[in-house]
Amino acid sequence: MKLKTHLMAGTAATLVALSGSALLAQDMTGPNGETLAENQTFTYRVLDEFPSIDPNLIEDVEGSAIGRNLFEGLMNQDSEGNVVPGVATGYEVSDDGMTYTFTLRDDARWSNGEPVTAGDFVYSWQRAADPATASEYQWYMGLMAIENVDAVMAGEMEPSELGVTAVDDHTLEVRLSQPLPYFAQMVTHTTTFPVPQATIEEFGDAWTQPGNMVSNGAYVLSERVPQERIVLTKNPEYWDAENVYLEEVTALIINDENQALTRYLAGELDQTDVPAGQYPRLSEEYPEQAVSVPNLCTYYYNVNVTEAGLPALQEQSVRQALNLAIDRDVIVENVTAGGQRPAYSLTHWATAGFEVPEADIIGMTQEERNTMAQEMLAEAGYGPDGEPLNVEIIYNTSDAHRSIAVAIGQMWQQTLGVETTLSNQEWQTYLTTRGDKNYQGVARAGWCADYNEASSFLDIMQSDSGYNDSGWTNEEYDALLAEARTAEDPLPLYQQAEAIIQEELPILPIYFYSTVFMMDDAIEGYPLENAQDNWYAKDLYRVAESE
Amino acid sequence: MFAYIVRRLAVAVPTLLFLVVFSFVLMFAAPGGPFNSERPLPPQIMANIEARYGLDQPYWKQMWDYVVAVVTQFDFGPSFQYRDRTVNDIIAQGFPVTLTYGLWSAIVAVIFGVALGVVAAIRQNSWVDYTAVGISIGAQALPNFVMGPILVLVFTLWLGLLPGGGWYGGQWQYVILPVVALSTSYMASIARITRSSMLETLNSNFIRTAKAKGLPMRRVIVRHALKPALLPVLSYLGPAVVGMITGSVVVDVIFSTGGIGQFFVNSAFNRDYAVIMGITILVGALTITFNLIVDILYAWIDPRIRY
Repeated sequence: MKLKTHLMAGTAATLVALSGSALLAQDMTGPNGETLAENQTFTYRVLDEFPSIDPNLIEDVEGSAIGRNLFEGLMNQDSEGNVVPGVATGYEVSDDGMTYTFTLRDDARWSNGEPVTAGDFVYSWQRAADPATASEYQWYMGLMAIENVDAVMAGEMEPSELGVTAVDDHTLEVRLSQPLPYFAQMVTHTTTFPVPQATIEEFGDAWTQPGNMVSNGAYVLSERVPQERIVLTKNPEYWDAENVYLEEVTALIINDENQALTRYLAGELDQTDVPAGQYPRLSEEYPEQAVSVPNLCTYYYNVNVTEAGLPALQEQSVRQALNLAIDRDVIVENVTAGGQRPAYSLTHWATAGFEVPEADIIGMTQEERNTMAQEMLAEAGYGPDGEPLNVEIIYNTSDAHRSIAVAIGQMWQQTLGVETTLSNQEWQTYLTTRGDKNYQGVARAGWCADYNEASSFLDIMQSDSGYNDSGWTNEEYDALLAEARTAEDPLPLYQQAEAIIQEELPILPIYFYSTVFMMDDAIEGYPLENAQDNWYAKDLYRVAESE
Repeated sequence: MFAYIVRRLAVAVPTLLFLVVFSFVLMFAAPGGPFNSERPLPPQIMANIEARYGLDQPYWKQMWDYVVAVVTQFDFGPSFQYRDRTVNDIIAQGFPVTLTYGLWSAIVAVIFGVALGVVAAIRQNSWVDYTAVGISIGAQALPNFVMGPILVLVFTLWLGLLPGGGWYGGQWQYVILPVVALSTSYMASIARITRSSMLETLNSNFIRTAKAKGLPMRRVIVRHALKPALLPVLSYLGPAVVGMITGSVVVDVIFSTGGIGQFFVNSAFNRDYAVIMGITILVGALTITFNLIVDILYAWIDPRIRY
């Protein structure tokens, strides 16, 4: 029996090899005429097991990448992050900007051969908004401002009353409660991807297991071993399958980044993250493989400005002194050392349509900033000649966060004579502490854009935002953002909002993230210009090693 | 003997129940919950999620429902973190992995540890003894989180002989490095325990008698000294084997084996209450079982012990 299966596997392999080589003979060139390698696979490292790979439930960056490869939404992003057709060939916007009509291509199919229809999107969006689904990303549907979405999310209306309708199989109409200029950008997010109703009803929560899952993207799920690996293989039913080069995409779950790097160097991986602080060395040793690209995330400290926090920090001038005394160049050059940039705004500099507003602090040298900081602190009556100040820095347990906290603590100590107490907490405890504003100083935070637009950052500091862990409220700020939502050109409004943050400093921006990774130089097509790092395996291919 | 086993098993039930209660208390005492996230969920979503997992019930009710489901249906409930998997699925997937590399590690540790210890004791204060003691101290001084990366560096990156991680259903290439990394420090402990207990045995009266009868040394050791000398090793093995087969988070993290140790630690970090409980009960039950097995083996090896 065993021998037989081996024989059959052998025969099958020979057949595949034969047909493969036959195919390769005619199809050996990539999109730009490169010679392709025979082995069209891509293996990359992910940090941890995905909480879910159900598009409506996906909540993490790595899960989103799996979602984008298994499923396809109305729109995709190209290598620069621009919106390009996906399942929809295009869309029309009504004059008032409140109704979007998407036209779906008629050759889009699920992996079981069924056509992808407008009804699939209606089902998916209702499911994502439905409180019974209990998706941790339900709020994203709220952000899309679809008609009735708040009532549906609150359970006050039936999901069927959500403002999305299938006019016919290939026409999807979405009604918004307010114009959203960046709405098309938002439907590239996994939460909005279609899901197969029949499969979900048949298998329940287990529909995402290999064998059960039906998907409409360029790949299908073939293996999933929790905490070990997930394997995707090319979906022959995908409408654009002839332009998909990679036959197999494997994500290996490797918790330890140094271990992953060793295995990358041993050739077991095509892509892996660069461990903190190792980019300078690796880019010297492997200049063709070490990559650093901007990533739409900002690293900052929340300042607890509520009465529960330090009284000193309720004073704007003290916050400004602390802000000025942070030498961000030292942090990005010596601590993170991976191509990050100093941050003086909440919104990442690479965000589409955004320009960091002018500010005095940007043009100054660090000496000038330090002098100004000392003056401001002395004026407020704190520091060496005033009342002693001890600021607590809380952060979630991680070597990288600790190094930054230590560096900032030293800067505050040396420049301002301000003492710091470092306190690390493991993630869940930390979220509770920070959310309850139960800290006497500053709390580390990071935020990544959910869509490539400044509001994805600025939203979080609104007075009623769930992520505003400074306890800061500002009516003018809220009004500016409300106005920006419908404005023809929101940039000046966003810049004014940033200016308020820069003035009042409920947060101290520290640096703008970059993604730093090692990538086999034979892999082409990775979207290095896409600042959200939204990559699609269908756009990647492996070129033959040059002779 | 039979009555003894029954009595021990009967005691195991309240022990496990106590374990359940104690773990529940600890879990709920820890700050944070399974569904805390950076952007707090709207209250109605939170309520729905909590209802889905029964977290809206009073603690005693949650505990009671849990125990009833476990006892009557052997159902450990759904994982809070992984929506498409139950705790039974997670254990069914992770435990065989851990069991495989754990049992191999136990076998390797016992064989090499005992051999090393016996040789060292027989040739006490010779170069053989010093080498053996040196090896075992060295092995103990290298914890597996240091050992693991070194093994990968040498055997994967430099020599290219073995894969640096993964499990792939337990093919032999993937098992070797985890077993070496996990077994060395256990082997070192066993070697040291064996050596000292062997030395003590070799100095006792009945061994002198055996030698005086003119028995060859090999026979004295194998027939007379080995069994009593192994008693302390045996009592060490009970908890050690449980430690090995319930997994080592270090081995799981370094070699990406997908074993149960990694799930255990992650579930604690993520407050995945159901997975914490499931694995705690598994480890508790295994500990009780192995302690019982060790006690039975004791009686078999040492004729003075009668239950």
